[in-house]
Amino acid sequence: MKIPISWLKDFVDLDGLSVEDMARKLTLAGLEVDEILYAGLEMPVYKEGEKHEFKTSGIAWDKEKIVVAEIREVKAHPNADKLTLLDLFDGQQEQVVLTGAPNIFHLKGTGMLEKPIKVAYAKEGSTLYDGHAEGLQLMTLKRAKIRGVESYSMVCSEKELGIAEEHDGIIILEDEAPVGRPLADYMGDAVLNISILPNMARNASVIGIARELAALTGRELRKHAQADRYTSKHAQADTLKPVNELVEIEITDPELNPRFVVGLIRDVEIKPSPYAIQRRLKLAGQRPINSVVDATNYAMLELGEPLHAFDYDVLKERAGKKKIKIITRAAKDGEKLTTLDGSQRTLTSMNVLVCDEKGPLSLAGVMGGSESEVTDKTKNVLLEGAAWNFINIRRTAKQHNLPSEASFRFSRGVHPALAEQGVKRGLQYMAEWAGGTIAPGLVDEYPLKPKDPTITVTPHDVKRLLGIDLTAKKISELLTRLEFKCTIDKDKVKSKTPPHRMDIAKGVVGLADVLEEIARGYGYDNIPVTTMADALPPQVGNPVHEWEEHLRDLLVALGLQEVVTHRMTSPEREGRLLGSRLRPEPNNYVRIANPTAPERSVLRKSLLTSVLEIAEKNARAESIAMFEVGPIFEPNGNDTSTSSHRPDVLLGERGLPNEPRELAIVMTGARLASAWDVKDSPAFDFFDMKGRLELLLSGLRLTDISYAAAREASTPYLHPGKAAEVKVNGQVVGLFGELHPLVKEKFEFGESAVSVAEFDLDLLRRLNPTYGIKSVPETPPIYEDIAVIVDDSVEASAVESLIRQTGAGTVTAVRLFDVYKDEKIGVGKKSLAYSLTYQSDKTMTDAEAAAIRNKIVKRLEHAVGAKLRS
Amino acid sequence: MLDKLNEIEKAALESLSSISDQAALDAWRVANVGRSSPLMGIFSEFGKLSKEQKPVVGSAANRVKAALESAEEGKSKELKIATLAKSLAEEKLDVTLPGRTVKVGKLHPTTQQLRRVLDILAEMGFQVYTSREVETDEMNFQMLNFPPHHPARDMQDTFFVEADNRGDNPILMRTHTSPGQIRAMRDASRAATDPLNPPSIRIALPGMCFRYEQITARSEIQFNQVEGLAVGRNITFADLKGTLADFVRRMFGEGARLRFRASYFPFTEPSAEVDVECFVCGGVGCQVCKNSGWLEILGCGMVHPVVLQNGGYDPKVYSGFAFGMGPERQLMLRNKINDIRYFWGNDVRFLEQF
Ligand SMILES: [Zn+2]
Repeated sequence: MKIPISWLKDFVDLDGLSVEDMARKLTLAGLEVDEILYAGLEMPVYKEGEKHEFKTSGIAWDKEKIVVAEIREVKAHPNADKLTLLDLFDGQQEQVVLTGAPNIFHLKGTGMLEKPIKVAYAKEGSTLYDGHAEGLQLMTLKRAKIRGVESYSMVCSEKELGIAEEHDGIIILEDEAPVGRPLADYMGDAVLNISILPNMARNASVIGIARELAALTGRELRKHAQADRYTSKHAQADTLKPVNELVEIEITDPELNPRFVVGLIRDVEIKPSPYAIQRRLKLAGQRPINSVVDATNYAMLELGEPLHAFDYDVLKERAGKKKIKIITRAAKDGEKLTTLDGSQRTLTSMNVLVCDEKGPLSLAGVMGGSESEVTDKTKNVLLEGAAWNFINIRRTAKQHNLPSEASFRFSRGVHPALAEQGVKRGLQYMAEWAGGTIAPGLVDEYPLKPKDPTITVTPHDVKRLLGIDLTAKKISELLTRLEFKCTIDKDKVKSKTPPHRMDIAKGVVGLADVLEEIARGYGYDNIPVTTMADALPPQVGNPVHEWEEHLRDLLVALGLQEVVTHRMTSPEREGRLLGSRLRPEPNNYVRIANPTAPERSVLRKSLLTSVLEIAEKNARAESIAMFEVGPIFEPNGNDTSTSSHRPDVLLGERGLPNEPRELAIVMTGARLASAWDVKDSPAFDFFDMKGRLELLLSGLRLTDISYAAAREASTPYLHPGKAAEVKVNGQVVGLFGELHPLVKEKFEFGESAVSVAEFDLDLLRRLNPTYGIKSVPETPPIYEDIAVIVDDSVEASAVESLIRQTGAGTVTAVRLFDVYKDEKIGVGKKSLAYSLTYQSDKTMTDAEAAAIRNKIVKRLEHAVGAKLRS
Repeated sequence: MLDKLNEIEKAALESLSSISDQAALDAWRVANVGRSSPLMGIFSEFGKLSKEQKPVVGSAANRVKAALESAEEGKSKELKIATLAKSLAEEKLDVTLPGRTVKVGKLHPTTQQLRRVLDILAEMGFQVYTSREVETDEMNFQMLNFPPHHPARDMQDTFFVEADNRGDNPILMRTHTSPGQIRAMRDASRAATDPLNPPSIRIALPGMCFRYEQITARSEIQFNQVEGLAVGRNITFADLKGTLADFVRRMFGEGARLRFRASYFPFTEPSAEVDVECFVCGGVGCQVCKNSGWLEILGCGMVHPVVLQNGGYDPKVYSGFAFGMGPERQLMLRNKINDIRYFWGNDVRFLEQF
């Protein structure tokens, strides 16, 4: 929200504070100043290396060069029809100034003006915005000849002075503007652009910000200065009928509409507002319309109470001979209203309407209706100020996509007390700017008064929660500055919530609300820095988290890069893997109800697909070896337990999906990093993946590990001959292999095979690691190689386990070092060569080793028909 | 004989001096000190000498033999040094050729940053507590003092999950890790032997959160968060300041200045934003800090009484504080990353820089 400093000064004395001082105090107190926009006031000049504090924009007006001046005559330009020459007096001397301003063009050639026109005059060398350039571009006024006439100075528009972005003629100042006075002194301003937090609706107004500044500086808030004018200067005309004889109000639901106030002003003149008012509205980001509409907007910006002006005669016409009756009620489903933006809106029973007996007039608290709006012909204005239920307004504004100044405030909660103040203020400004006479009295229906809780706060509370020592007197002082009504009873401060804020609750919550106000007033920066005195709770660690971190470390040590991907995907994206899953299941997904894009419409069920997509994106890299550890999401109709999280007995947990943790690995491309002398590296294949998995499992200290060809049904996405399952303690914990060529085709990968693996981490984590290590033997080992010829169909693992079984106790290592196929050893045969290590507690002889070797060979002959290769 | 010996010595040494390789030296040894060398011939003719001559010629012959052998040894060393020098010169590398690398893996930058944060918090006594990513409205909002339709919900645009008939308690993607606060407090208060006297809590809550956003350089639909929560007796706002001052010193360096700015979160009160002096420009003002000299790095506050109550802790007796931060934002500030999409884009050319 944009707040001009000059406006704040109506309510609080800001002498001695720079604009930055104000911005800093507000920012630290929770009213964050996003930007300071200078429109005339002196800007801070930062030297090189000096600290900036705020984002700033705009310009300062040079006091020597930009002054108030008066135009005395508008003359024709000798060579240009659209330009005029102004005879102007700048307080020191007469000047001739060239201008093309349309808003004084009609005075051309009318001779000496009866009443001089006061304008903003910029002399040679002034820095201004270029009025004719796109956007905001600074320029310096230079002497130039335009169509034969010398020009060295100018009469300024709002754009040139940085007040508004439009460029439509020169500024015409009030008649009282003192000629020769520096313009910066006369109307120089700066605007604070402040973010209003959801709990600070009370500060979405000039007076709200002024109150905060007054409290933060300990100065007086002069909030009654304006209100006094309502009763004195524009005393209500007793001769007019009081409003309550003309209008009555019926509120059908006080919860939705706690208060409704109307006042009436007669015989207004719809005309432009005074320039100073227009300028403030523009600086505050509002477009001036006319004296009546501006008065409602100005009063709203000043007080924070949105007002709505009806054309009284339209309502009177609609009421016929009867008294006008205003009814507030919930809309009927399907009821229609044309709002003043011209669009016809279909309403629901959630919306609240302001109606008369003929039907809806406006969408309460959000936007007026077009029929009864104020027009150029309006003579009499009925002004509404009301209080609405903030949740209802928020929902309505969202439903109809109508964010407005009114709904912004009402949807955050406006205190009903402001309804009356707002109507009075609005009527007063109309009387001042549009003429007219205020009819006596108001009609004020106020069925639901807010509680304005009284909160008791003690120095003990302050110490217990804020950690500072404040006396009851100091507490009372800080709260009183924010208009709490405080009484002190011994060490208890009873503080009554002021009737402009809705954010203070009752009881223990109210205490927290008030403590926050005390902390803000005291200043967060003044609160000391201490160490927790509360004892450190028992430290228990998080085994699941720690185990996963260990797993990540192991994977990285194996040369795998970690990736983290989006949880949201689409069935089509995962469909590229042929619906394959570690745990096969039907095609049901956890679906996002409001996805931002169709390709992110469900939660992933296949972590592997996510990693494959990333691998595909990186396919131009010479090699890819990556993994992800994370959750997948499985719909869970009514099961309340989840595998990854301790169950909670809360009501409503039903239906939450399971979030099992998985590991997925993808490897493809070159096995070795290329270098100038390393060329044509072999590509990663099945056994590169398997080797890493072996190392991973041994890193997890698991020993009872076996591998078997995977069943095709469980891994349709894998090459049927290159797919395996990993079992630990006989339980399948993961699957791996090379992608099926038909699946690989669906991705944009290079030539080389794509090896993948998937693990169920919730299973893997629960397996018990081996206890103890093997001692390092002290006796010398005997090494021996044997090669056997077997049928091609015999699995290497079978041969190895036979060797291990037969040699149990002495054969301590079995390493396959060669697999060989050749016609010489027979068609359909293969040779497997093993390197054996014999070792026992005593030093073994060659003869003892040979005896065991013979046993092994015999066993292999019997079991798998092996023949020793000589 | 003696003259002959002198001649032999002279001729041998002369021929040795011109030798420049090992083969020639070997031949020289055979020719001059070998079995059939002239010198050895002298020894074999020893018997023919008179008694008087024998010792004279004998010692002279031995001296010549020793001289030749030592000359040979010297020559051999000389040759070795020359050969080595030659091969060293031949083996000279172009040391500017690139090295041969190995393929290594790394942790994702966000994992690295999460670890940095969690390690510091662990040392300060905050233990990791993880909880689910798909949540109920009740846990994500209502328990945390965001009533249905409350304006504060505008601060957290939400992804909802399709589910039937759940009324005001839809299923959603958690928008922050704060539902874990409720879960942790309930775990502790329900397990307490004396329900009026639940234990103190000090936990760190890391995890992925989700906001309904369009994905752009500046906004993502998912992001990591780490929250800290301390609940106990007599925990104050001053303690919050002290704890975060410690954390910021560890995270951003000893000289890091910080300031507390009043703010609003429904689940804390009083609430604050913590700004750390911009480490890019040193507080002078730059694009990164939007000319303010400060970087917003943490949100925090005293745990709201409603939240304590919902967790099973009596707000009249217990108090606590919570704080939250974004590891991705920290990484972006620290590493001048100007596109948040890099994180889940996982381009290896991005990842390998960490
Ligand atoms: Zn900076």
